[in-house]
Amino acid sequence: MSGIFAINGGACVAMVGKDCVAIACDLRLGLQALTVSNNFPKIFQYGDVFLGLTGLATDVSTVSDLFRYKVNMYRLREERDIAPRTFANLVSSTLYEKRFGPYFVGPVVAGLDPKTGEPFICGFDSIGCIDFAKDFIVSGTATDQLFGMCESLWEPDMTPDQLFETISQSLLNAVDRDALSGWGAHVYIIEKDKVTKRLLKGRQD
Amino acid sequence: MAMFSQNPIMNGPSYSFNDAPRVNGPEGARQHRFDPYTDNGGSTLAIAGADFTIMAGDTRLTSGYSINSRHHPKLFKIGGTTADQKDATIVLSVVGFMADGEALKERLDTICKMYRYRHGKPMSVKACAQRLSTILYQKRFFPYYAYAILGGLDEEGKGAVYSYDPVGSYEREQCRAGGAAASLIMPFLDNQVNFKNQYEPGSGEGHALQEVARRPLTRNEVETLVKDAFDGAVERHIEVGDGLQMMVITSTGIEEILLPLKKD
Amino acid sequence: MPGFDFSNYNRNAALCARGMSLPKATSTGTTIVGCIFDGGVVIAADTRATSGPIVADKNCEKLHYISPNIWCAGAGTAADTEFTTALISSQLELHSLSTGRKPRVVTCMTLLKQHLFRYQGHIGAYLVVAGVDPTGTHLFTVHAHGSTDKLPYVTMGSGSLAAMSVFETLWKPSMTRDEAVELCSQAIQSGIFNDLGSGSNVDVAIITADKTTLKRNYVKPNERVPKLRSYVFRRGTTAVLNEKIIRKEDLGNYVSVHELSTAAAEEGGDDKMEVDT
Repeated sequence: MSGIFAINGGACVAMVGKDCVAIACDLRLGLQALTVSNNFPKIFQYGDVFLGLTGLATDVSTVSDLFRYKVNMYRLREERDIAPRTFANLVSSTLYEKRFGPYFVGPVVAGLDPKTGEPFICGFDSIGCIDFAKDFIVSGTATDQLFGMCESLWEPDMTPDQLFETISQSLLNAVDRDALSGWGAHVYIIEKDKVTKRLLKGRQD
Repeated sequence: MAMFSQNPIMNGPSYSFNDAPRVNGPEGARQHRFDPYTDNGGSTLAIAGADFTIMAGDTRLTSGYSINSRHHPKLFKIGGTTADQKDATIVLSVVGFMADGEALKERLDTICKMYRYRHGKPMSVKACAQRLSTILYQKRFFPYYAYAILGGLDEEGKGAVYSYDPVGSYEREQCRAGGAAASLIMPFLDNQVNFKNQYEPGSGEGHALQEVARRPLTRNEVETLVKDAFDGAVERHIEVGDGLQMMVITSTGIEEILLPLKKD
Repeated sequence: MPGFDFSNYNRNAALCARGMSLPKATSTGTTIVGCIFDGGVVIAADTRATSGPIVADKNCEKLHYISPNIWCAGAGTAADTEFTTALISSQLELHSLSTGRKPRVVTCMTLLKQHLFRYQGHIGAYLVVAGVDPTGTHLFTVHAHGSTDKLPYVTMGSGSLAAMSVFETLWKPSMTRDEAVELCSQAIQSGIFNDLGSGSNVDVAIITADKTTLKRNYVKPNERVPKLRSYVFRRGTTAVLNEKIIRKEDLGNYVSVHELSTAAAEEGGDDKMEVDT
């Protein structure tokens, strides 16, 4: 990949477990082969909804701020938090509005439905086509590697602890085979009454 | 504009839309091209054990969005005394452009047979591996578009896997995935064969944790990993599927296994 | 009319001209078909979405709702088929509300082709439009540039040749509902197995004068085989350097959350918001 998507590098993955979801990202920010920062998280929290953004770093910042604004406006108008599924449609419409001049991002949404507590994850292409998945969503420069890892490691109905190990191992081993991502990782495990955020030990090369 | 410095011609002082770089020749000039290569898709995999080597490859042959064949093997026994390769001890897997892969196989097989005729003994994997590198490098400027993996048992009877790039750079490894789904399978192998990123639970805190010790896998474990790796690759890569051909090389000979894969 | 926003266009064109390749959108390198039978029409689709040679979605929905009696199968750029059908569906609903008539398939087809023609093929939606309205049963194809066809049986997408070969050998005039469903299903399966861009399951929609039946995953010929072993890791396998747990009950430590009592709310009677009832 020599495209705009691969200038800064980065990877993100979300997974469904039993009554829980997980979302994880690497921490690298690069300029082509040169690593500029090893502390550039790609997951953003809006109330109970989590958004992972990979791709062009300038657009990652722009889009994350844009959605913070939009979610805050939603909260003021509706006097309630946005639900993951509603947020997914907001992301989709926002990206498609720029169909002929897109943001170069690969968003991933994860959260629990506020009413039913049902796990919800989905992914998007850069122009807003939603990929609803029941198992996992991957995004970024390590997409192929993440698909390979998740497809063989993931299984249904994992507990929060099992889900943490599976998503962490999937991400770490995937980014180790991608030159443009890695340098540590953040993992969020989202349950009904708590969110656990962990910093992983990953290769620094 | 450090960001774009890999492309020097584009790094002009200021870019203008009227001055967009021209891809084609000047008006009226015709470009002639020669495209001798096709990518026939597919994927291969090799894992070396303590006293065995397992080679595997899917049997789909594609070009573009079409399936040319659902059973076209990528694994070849090399250097037997006869055409049926009954007494062969080395396996070659090729992926990339199949015509080049098969031409390469024929060349290497002939060389191994000549070696056996001249020296009265089969070629060792080490020697065969070096010879394969030479064959590939001889065509440095019109390469065989094939990613080869050579598998067998070394002089001590241990499993040996040698992997190559199309121009002959090679390395002995514990395991290697090649071809279309290599990027999907390789991190899985790192994790499950070499236990990468795995630590012993409770052996410490943070940086003090002990890595999971490497141990040789049994033949059964490896066969399981190979099947699961390919099932995963078939789900997510459109060029992989139809059949899984496995060859298990042990001191008693080469056992061939054919398993079905998804056909969509 | 969608309000497309071109504010990033010049930046992206400049990046592109500097040798950066544009990202590949999810495309439904697809097989979609449609077939008229006595009393209605059937459309069907596979469920694979691809991004290059990688399967992005194994079970996506390519049959789109337009109105209760009109449905659309989409191939091409996934986002374009999704939003174009949603847009025309909305316009058709408003049109039907203002005229007080049921929407017609030709109206839908005309709106689609005019919209797509306006964008000169840049909206990459290739559609099979089917429906039953007061004027009868209709089946159309609409291409991204705005051209349309009207035929008794149609195929589109990368698997269109594989599917059409089934239609050309097995199609006959005046079929029953079940025959048409079976024929469409066979055509899609031909695409699923012989075209790499298509795969997974068969979705079918049957539209007749009185109702529409959507059969999601009508055939599932590609279920994943079970894994030979479980790859769940022992707890503590991954090295963690830092951990932070935020419980819902502790949320008050980070932001102030106050439950307002009804009495407190009524106190400020003057500030009460006006609410439409």
